Amino acid sequence: MINYNKTREIGINILRRWILIFLVGEIVFFSIVGTNYFSLKNLQNILVASTTVLLLATGETFVIITGGIDLSIGFMVGFSSVVSAKVMVDLWTAGFSQPVAIMIGILAALLLGLIPGFINGFLVAKLRVPPFIATFGMYGIAYGFAEIICNNVPIHGLPTSLGSLGHGYLFYWLPGKLFSFLSWPENLSREELKHLVSIVPNVTIITFIFIGIFAFILAKTKFGQHTYAIGGNINAAERAGVNVKAHLIKVYMISSFFASLAGVMYVLRFITGRAPAGSARLLDAVVAVVIGGASLSGGKGTIMGTVIGALIIGVLEIGLVNLSIPTYNLHIAVGCILIFAVLVDQFSPELIHKEEEIG
Amino acid sequence: MEPILEVKNITKRFGGLTAVDNLDMQIYPGEVVGILGDNGAGKSTLIKVISGVYQADAGQIFFEGRRIKISNPMEALKIGIETIYQDLALAENMNVYSNVFLGREKLKKFLNFIDILDHDYMLKESKKVLNRLDINIPSLKNKISTLSGGERQAVAISRSIYWNAKLLIMDEPTAALGVAEQKKVLNLVNTLSSQGVSIIIISHQMHDVFSVATRLLIMRRGKKVAERITKKTNADEVVGLIVGSLPGDYIEAIEEKR
Ligand SMILES: Nc1ncnc2c1ncn2[C@@H]1O[C@H](COP(=O)(O)OP(=O)(O)O)[C@@H](O)[C@H]1O
Ligand SMILES: [Mg+2]
Repeated sequence: MINYNKTREIGINILRRWILIFLVGEIVFFSIVGTNYFSLKNLQNILVASTTVLLLATGETFVIITGGIDLSIGFMVGFSSVVSAKVMVDLWTAGFSQPVAIMIGILAALLLGLIPGFINGFLVAKLRVPPFIATFGMYGIAYGFAEIICNNVPIHGLPTSLGSLGHGYLFYWLPGKLFSFLSWPENLSREELKHLVSIVPNVTIITFIFIGIFAFILAKTKFGQHTYAIGGNINAAERAGVNVKAHLIKVYMISSFFASLAGVMYVLRFITGRAPAGSARLLDAVVAVVIGGASLSGGKGTIMGTVIGALIIGVLEIGLVNLSIPTYNLHIAVGCILIFAVLVDQFSPELIHKEEEIG
Repeated sequence: MEPILEVKNITKRFGGLTAVDNLDMQIYPGEVVGILGDNGAGKSTLIKVISGVYQADAGQIFFEGRRIKISNPMEALKIGIETIYQDLALAENMNVYSNVFLGREKLKKFLNFIDILDHDYMLKESKKVLNRLDINIPSLKNKISTLSGGERQAVAISRSIYWNAKLLIMDEPTAALGVAEQKKVLNLVNTLSSQGVSIIIISHQMHDVFSVATRLLIMRRGKKVAERITKKTNADEVVGLIVGSLPGDYIEAIEEKR
């Protein structure tokens, strides 16, 4: 009997953390069969390559917890990348200094990016348009506007210092010789350059700062609590005095903010703005959220789960590249993981998430 | 003694249908009043007028002697009228104490400037109110979805009580429960009334109402047809009043208006 209970307890604990175990398993697997997979450089590459999915999925988590979905984020990335790139180019050619042009370009994209979120939220909360329809409409609109802004061609000629920002690292370390914070060490010999270790990509730092802030908001604050309540029982939330409509509008704005941030990160990484940028990542983002434990019917999900879900996809993607396996296999693998995740959720006993502090 | 709640000449129409028709009622402190009536008699509509969900087309409401206007559910909550609807309105994905505090979360400072949820406080306070009502739920960190129907009802009741309800309105509180759980909820009603809370209980399970209510109010087609002291009536008479085979007390008044 004791044995049975123990086995059961272990089983429950494994199920509860299966995505984490899965992620670690993936890394171990590719480290063994791949070449140079488990290296600082490659692991950092995975994080950078996951930027768009991580950001989109974080915003999407809020929306999915309320029981909605935001499809517009697919083309919001492109819209935001085009807006910020265009503003940067125009200001720079108009004679503004590079830092000013870059700053205003970023701010313009982030501020403008709130508008589609507001409209989505307004349509869903006040006019009762189904989220799928409202945000799918916005998906097309964002794409169309992006193409208009960039005249159907990728935007080039961005301020040259963007590269040092987007491709920079927090620390540079030459073992035994130098340690530099934020700035690229000058005057290094070829031999020294080979041994230079770069630690923590800027893009990843920015990404995780925002993810961290919003993970905190979701897990620790009244705003987060109300997000779960709306997803669990919208009438209960309303009768308990939660301003459901205003809350939903904010949630859709958070989602479009993260999509815009992903667009800005795209510009930093690729030094260009393109209308279709990141659009292929929409489904990956939704999948990451669902693998992370959220349910499309609302009320469940955490940012931690979502981040693990996004990394599961990123680790797999870079792993396939490492093994020179064509990336269309990624879709097959991700599809299987998604279905598995939903099945675990469906058939796992309530026990798995019986006691919970949040929500 | 002054009634805690008094409604006078309340009428509520839905288009051509008069759901509540010129109805008077008084509720006294600590009293349990049962409202009985067939489906469609207007019971739910009456209590929705009192809890601010609907606005009466005519009539007045007095609470603790003062004439009041209840234009939305929040206003009713503010003056101490709590309503537990048939669907309970709990967020099933959240734990017990989060539901008790839903919409009125207790916050504390994090790093001196960020407001975060004070889980310890909410857990402790929820425990207190559940103890006060003799409710046993294994862990208040359990999600509502893991609780039985009776436990959910108890959570909904605790939630109202924690916020100092002076008048608690319960619409069909035992409808979805097993026999043992029905008993528990009815005991809870007795406990509350002994603590001075006034209760209006609606049910078409007459047995329930007979066992807790001291006074009965019988409605038929939107009208109050009779009021009885529970001890001075019996099931037969009440059934007769509900279905209309007995004329009721206000029949002349009704005839006159026609
Ligand atoms: N929102 C509404 N709109 C139109 N008619 C309603 C509405 N609510 C109740 N009614 C009608 O009013 C009458 C009384 O309903 P109700 O108060 O729910 O009765 P009870 O709770 O006693 O069963 C019924 O005929 C019902 O169909
Ligand atoms: Mg009813």
